[in-house]
Amino acid sequence: MTVEFRKDLFADERDDDLVEVGKPTRRQDILGHVTGRSPFYDDHLFEGLLHMRCVRSPHHHARIRSIDTSQAERMPGVARVLTGADVPNNLNTLLGLMDFGRDDEPLLSTRKVAYRGEPVAAVIADSEARANDAVAEVRVSWEELPCVFDVEEALAPGAPVVNDTYPNNSFDYHDTYDHQKLRFGDVESALASADRVIEGCYEMSPIEQAPIETNGAIAAPETNGRFVCYTSTQALFFSLATASKLLDLPSNRLHFIGGTVGGGFGGKVDSIVEPMALLGCMLTGRPVRFAWDRAEEMQVGAPRGAERWYLTDGVMNDGRIVARRFTGYFDAGAYTRLSSYAIIKATGHLPGPYTIPNVSSDILCVFTNRTPATAMRGFGITGVDFAIESHMDVVAHEIGMDPVELRILNAYRDGDMKPHRRTAKNCALIECAQVAAQKAGWTIGDAFNAMASTREGGGERAAIPPTVTDRDGRIGERRAGRTGRGERRTIAPTPGQDTATSGTPARSGDAANYAHPAAAPPWQPGAVPQPPRTEEAPPAPQAPRTPAPGRYSRFATNAGLRRR
Amino acid sequence: MTVHRGRGFAAINYPIGMNLGGDPSQALVHSGPDGKFAIALSSIDLGQGMKSVTRQIAAETLGVPVEDVYVDTADSDTGPHCMGSFASRGTHRVGNAVIVAAKEARAIMLEAAAEELEVNADDLETDGRGNIHVRGAPGRSITTGDACQAAQFRHGKTVAGRGIFLIPLSEVDPETGEMTPVSCYAHAALVADVTVDDETGEVTVEQVNSAYEVGRAINPRLVEQQLVGGAWMGLSHALFETTEPRYPDRSHGPVDFSQYTMPGPGDIARHDIAILERPAPDGPFGGKGPGEMCANPIMPAIANAVFNAVGVRVTALPITPEKVLRGLKANGGARPGPRR
Repeated sequence: MTVEFRKDLFADERDDDLVEVGKPTRRQDILGHVTGRSPFYDDHLFEGLLHMRCVRSPHHHARIRSIDTSQAERMPGVARVLTGADVPNNLNTLLGLMDFGRDDEPLLSTRKVAYRGEPVAAVIADSEARANDAVAEVRVSWEELPCVFDVEEALAPGAPVVNDTYPNNSFDYHDTYDHQKLRFGDVESALASADRVIEGCYEMSPIEQAPIETNGAIAAPETNGRFVCYTSTQALFFSLATASKLLDLPSNRLHFIGGTVGGGFGGKVDSIVEPMALLGCMLTGRPVRFAWDRAEEMQVGAPRGAERWYLTDGVMNDGRIVARRFTGYFDAGAYTRLSSYAIIKATGHLPGPYTIPNVSSDILCVFTNRTPATAMRGFGITGVDFAIESHMDVVAHEIGMDPVELRILNAYRDGDMKPHRRTAKNCALIECAQVAAQKAGWTIGDAFNAMASTREGGGERAAIPPTVTDRDGRIGERRAGRTGRGERRTIAPTPGQDTATSGTPARSGDAANYAHPAAAPPWQPGAVPQPPRTEEAPPAPQAPRTPAPGRYSRFATNAGLRRR
Repeated sequence: MTVHRGRGFAAINYPIGMNLGGDPSQALVHSGPDGKFAIALSSIDLGQGMKSVTRQIAAETLGVPVEDVYVDTADSDTGPHCMGSFASRGTHRVGNAVIVAAKEARAIMLEAAAEELEVNADDLETDGRGNIHVRGAPGRSITTGDACQAAQFRHGKTVAGRGIFLIPLSEVDPETGEMTPVSCYAHAALVADVTVDDETGEVTVEQVNSAYEVGRAINPRLVEQQLVGGAWMGLSHALFETTEPRYPDRSHGPVDFSQYTMPGPGDIARHDIAILERPAPDGPFGGKGPGEMCANPIMPAIANAVFNAVGVRVTALPITPEKVLRGLKANGGARPGPRR
């Protein structure tokens, strides 16, 4: 294995005269790690520590008729058995902290379960073995319900309702649609006039984050009515605020300690073990450890969710991609967790690192009767990148073009307009493609070796084209079997006025097809086209906006988020 | 049986930080009595090197040796808020917060040095080895330790700073998807060389050649660790891993590492890496985050290499021998593509 630095590239944009930055300094914590002395959460083994184990659903979907804990409570070593009734605020959604989405998931379920492994009770005992023994003695009366596992089947009329908060089996976007839209240009027309239309369907599998250290937390009473929680979390204050809400406890009564974690990869943001351990601690007055075993980590702990992507490209014979359409299904499993957020991230990422003048996408967050999905390395991006880059190879094969040259030809460059209407800058795809090909001895044409991210971008490529929009996929339509193609409207980049863009329509040849802004339909798209902006941070709000309702700590009380 | 060689390519970009922003991180910096600095964070070190990267950024900004900086994280009583370690946001967000905090502390340290040396603070510079001296006159100098001590014990000043970095939240248009997702992107391109056994369907990755653009490699060894580890993980996702091998059927879920297949030592491919650095205008010293993106290009590159080797397009990960064999059967045998 070799590593080389290509300092010759972009040298004029870089100050290489730094003292410490760029040095291979040995890590501050390496001695502790290699000698086994670094304290992880599980090294805080308090005297009198109790252990928690969960009673979990053996069914994919079932109503809970009753839970009888009396036998388990009499088992030796058992300190307490918890059910949903013990949870002060037993409904949450992780992104509630960002005011995004509705509370849809109990910490301990009381009415029904929607995935195999869903917790309905927790036993606290003086050893894990005794806790496990008692778990087996908790009697739950189940009434099995029909279940659905495929994202497209879940959206069909008559499919079982997985998540009562979202009875259409899909997340509600902007209180309007069952998906997030991306609309840029006129994809249908461009497909119709392209030399070739090339379709594909690609699927990302569910994958386990597989950290060596499984999810876990140890909570203990501190002095003055506070509780300390040692945790494996990837997001200390995120987990603290989530616990504060579920436990109805002011955040300053919680003292979270973590920071040294045995791998996360996205699987340690769901903040389940912390409130569970804390609840056990509050109700027993003793230190409580809740740590997932490997089976729980793999089958109950949220994996990277499956994704299914349909791509349609309009391609010219010279390799230019003139249109790209996506339909994406994220399999969220039974509850939202973070999947709804990943879809917006994916929307902003499309169509990948290429400049394509007509792009559209519809992405749905679908509920099915499987383990809820959550973040994992590349969240929102990895699945669609597999789809895009597999499809690029298909396109190259179909039109008989070198796959590297196809990428370079279509690569985005500084100054190009992206479909989310921000100008690209700081691009380096072309250079990466050239260097990787060179290293592998993959010969590409001189013209392609001569191209650069810094040249020949912008100009016409900076324009926001007249864009066809629609109101298809409003909440509930799909489940009602109404999926027909609805009315189309075209929004033009407004000339002049207060929303002027500096861009001109990229495809002005058939301008007659585009409605004039003055003839705008009675329903207006939520936002008029904005002047092109570069990928910089938007200005900070001038004045604080109306705080969101609710009494728990939130990181964002910006009312705008709730509209997403 | 025949073993076919194939070569596949993929290129990607990757958004750095939490999509839409609204994800602040904070840092506190202060000097002890003798110029040893502590950085208080609540960010998480998952093994990726959060503590090391922020330590190096702090040392560079303060102008003190890295040995004089220690990063303490994550205690909610002492560490200021951080959104968390995810979304490739650590280096970018926390690094920037550390720079803001360290600049404030550095200014106080230089003021104290200026008073001790009876010069203007604007004329002072640090050498990064623990000395502050008058620009152009290295002889007129004071150590950073003495300057910090003077600040506290003679001038009654704290050598401290606080920093926050926030990209304000962007809204999303429901009709068009207009938004400001992130402020910068990392890039990668990768060539995978594989062999495919047309009798067993087994895919072996023989060689990987890659180019990763990371803005600035704050610590090249930590970047290397991410790139090598990430490519391994991507290879594993491409060929081995899933919690639901019969997806969408829920049966056959693995529950331990003997059932959840991953590459063993013999499955690790040789990987030759080129690192490119095009500094992000708003990154700490231009740094982006290599952590997530490095796993992405190898998955499609391997799928494309398998197609090149035997003409089987596997569209659903992982690319198991079973899927390859089914594809070969459907095609009536291997159809090798052009040699590249």
